[in-house]
Amino acid sequence: MNYLLELTITGISRGSIYALLALGYTMVYGIIGMINFAHGEIYMLSAFVALVSASILQILGFGKLFIFIGTLLIAITYGCAYGLTVERMAYKPLRNSPRLTCLISAIGMSIFLQNYVLLGYGSEIQPFPALIPEFAFLEPVSTYLLNTDFVIIVATLLATGLLLLFTRYSKMGMAMRAVSQDQTMAMLLGIDINRIIAATFVIGSGLAAIAAVLIGSHMRQINYFIGFTVGIKAFTAAVLGGIGNITGAVVGGYILGIVESYAAGYISSSYKDVFAFSLLVLILIFRPAGLLGVQTTEKV
Amino acid sequence: MSGNLLMRLSCCISYCLFMLLALDTSSNAFAKTIKIGVIGPLSGDLATYGIPTKNGTELAVKNINKAGGVLNSKLELFSLDDVCEPNTAVTTANKIIGEGVVGVIGHLCSGATRAVLDIYKQANIVVISPASTNPDLSLDGKSPNFFRTIAHDAAQANLQVDYISNKLKAKNVAILHDHGTYGEGLAKLVKEGLEKQKNTKVSLYDGIKPGQSDYIGILKKIKNKNVDAVVFGGYHPEAAKLVMNARSKTLRLQVPFISGDGVRDNKLIEIAGKDSNGYLASAPVDTSSNSMSQKISKQYEETYKEKPGTFTLAAYAAVVALAEAVKSAKSTEFSKVKEQLHKQNFATPIGSISFDTKGDVIGSGFTMYKVEAGSNGKGKFVSVK
Repeated sequence: MNYLLELTITGISRGSIYALLALGYTMVYGIIGMINFAHGEIYMLSAFVALVSASILQILGFGKLFIFIGTLLIAITYGCAYGLTVERMAYKPLRNSPRLTCLISAIGMSIFLQNYVLLGYGSEIQPFPALIPEFAFLEPVSTYLLNTDFVIIVATLLATGLLLLFTRYSKMGMAMRAVSQDQTMAMLLGIDINRIIAATFVIGSGLAAIAAVLIGSHMRQINYFIGFTVGIKAFTAAVLGGIGNITGAVVGGYILGIVESYAAGYISSSYKDVFAFSLLVLILIFRPAGLLGVQTTEKV
Repeated sequence: MSGNLLMRLSCCISYCLFMLLALDTSSNAFAKTIKIGVIGPLSGDLATYGIPTKNGTELAVKNINKAGGVLNSKLELFSLDDVCEPNTAVTTANKIIGEGVVGVIGHLCSGATRAVLDIYKQANIVVISPASTNPDLSLDGKSPNFFRTIAHDAAQANLQVDYISNKLKAKNVAILHDHGTYGEGLAKLVKEGLEKQKNTKVSLYDGIKPGQSDYIGILKKIKNKNVDAVVFGGYHPEAAKLVMNARSKTLRLQVPFISGDGVRDNKLIEIAGKDSNGYLASAPVDTSSNSMSQKISKQYEETYKEKPGTFTLAAYAAVVALAEAVKSAKSTEFSKVKEQLHKQNFATPIGSISFDTKGDVIGSGFTMYKVEAGSNGKGKFVSVK
């Protein structure tokens, strides 16, 4: 029983990592119906920015908590800037082209950004500092929960809650929902859709940057390829929960994390992906739009 | 007209003279040199291994010739490019046999070596590979003409097995691998070796997928099995994550970790910090303290303006062994040279080596390294007995 509990908690913390990244995928898909393959790369770039800024802050002799928060802010700023630039360069010129064109452009951007970092830093892994401070109140439950797990879980839940509130009640959130329903109609009603889409990318990239700092502190190593390996799982989580749905991305992330953890703990770690993806196939057979996704009929 | 004729005549004569001269020197060379071949990938993506290897043999030949040569004659080196491809290797082997070489230093890639061993066997030519590590090349016993100055892969696994069961006295071992050719191959050999030991059992054998954010799930399972040691076949990035996760507060798994040369990299210590203390990794014997190795490495850097490659010293050692064997056999005859190779000890830059009955090197091989915390808190790999 104890073992089951441990595995469940391991699964939840792993699931939070997937969920945190999945939020970015699902946001962009929800608003403009396009899979942003460069999202994983924004995450990777932010991790490198975080590494550099953490080292600089460390040299300047700041305290641990300050370094953590400072790094987080710098990484978010850079991540948002990258997100905006990518949107302006790779997606905006293609606004009225078929979806497939945007998809190819996204893949191209992803390859470009990966190689850009590969040329700058090489393919060797780089050590990432443990930025998240130790919490004294976690000491009694440290056999179950690491400080990094705790922060990642809290950040995921917080981000989900804020995003839900934002899209439901804020003016921009409402505009986003309007754009996601019908771009032409939203435009006719006086919504600047380019601004709304850019804002979506900025928010998604900011989330990727937060994920980069937190996951980087958990993994303790980064290289140019991390965006792909974690990104593909986050994307799976988003699809599992119903892409385009914010709660769905989080639920999908947790399910994926827990299934993987059980598979590794009870059966074999070699086969954990087999179980995770079998589950995805099963869910998509019965609910093609994902667990919480809404079935929409294509108008012809 | 006559001037033209004169010019043509003089051209003809000088050409004939030139040819005669060329003939003369080549026939001289024929009488006085002992030929050695060196074959490896000199072009293509593996040339980074092949060229320093060829340079190593060149340096060895130069030094031996400077010291008076062998049996009153100079050594002469022929190098060919096999691009590490079995088909090309066969062509180059036939060509080098046509040159009348005594022995061949090479080939590098195990696949290429496998393809040509029979050809050399029929031609009675000794083959000394400085790089092919596939165990079967020597262990299948089909190639009495085959020698190598590098330990085979199973030697590394044997060392790990020996260390785990005799030094650590571990009774219960978990083995992980990264599903790669190198990692899984090594892990499998270690598993087979441990299963043959009376007192040691392997309670878990599983693979992990590189690139995951952590491996806490599988490590929890390992902890539940109460193992005494964890073997990991793979490279340092995953090893760093594994050992950090294991030592973290959620697990507090303090058992020793053992890996192969893929983990003996200072990046491990850089990433895992003090968690890497005590990490065991088998890797080739460090020859940098050997004076001959220092001398050759320095000479190499002066001659070729670059650091010696992975197999440079092993290639140098191969030439030394072949030359010494010919010297004491007082002949270039295959059976005599082969007998001397098996019989003697050779002083080489990779240490004092000899060859066992299968042609595998003794005296140069793998040794166990352990991460030990230094005085400044920074760990480093130290070889353990």
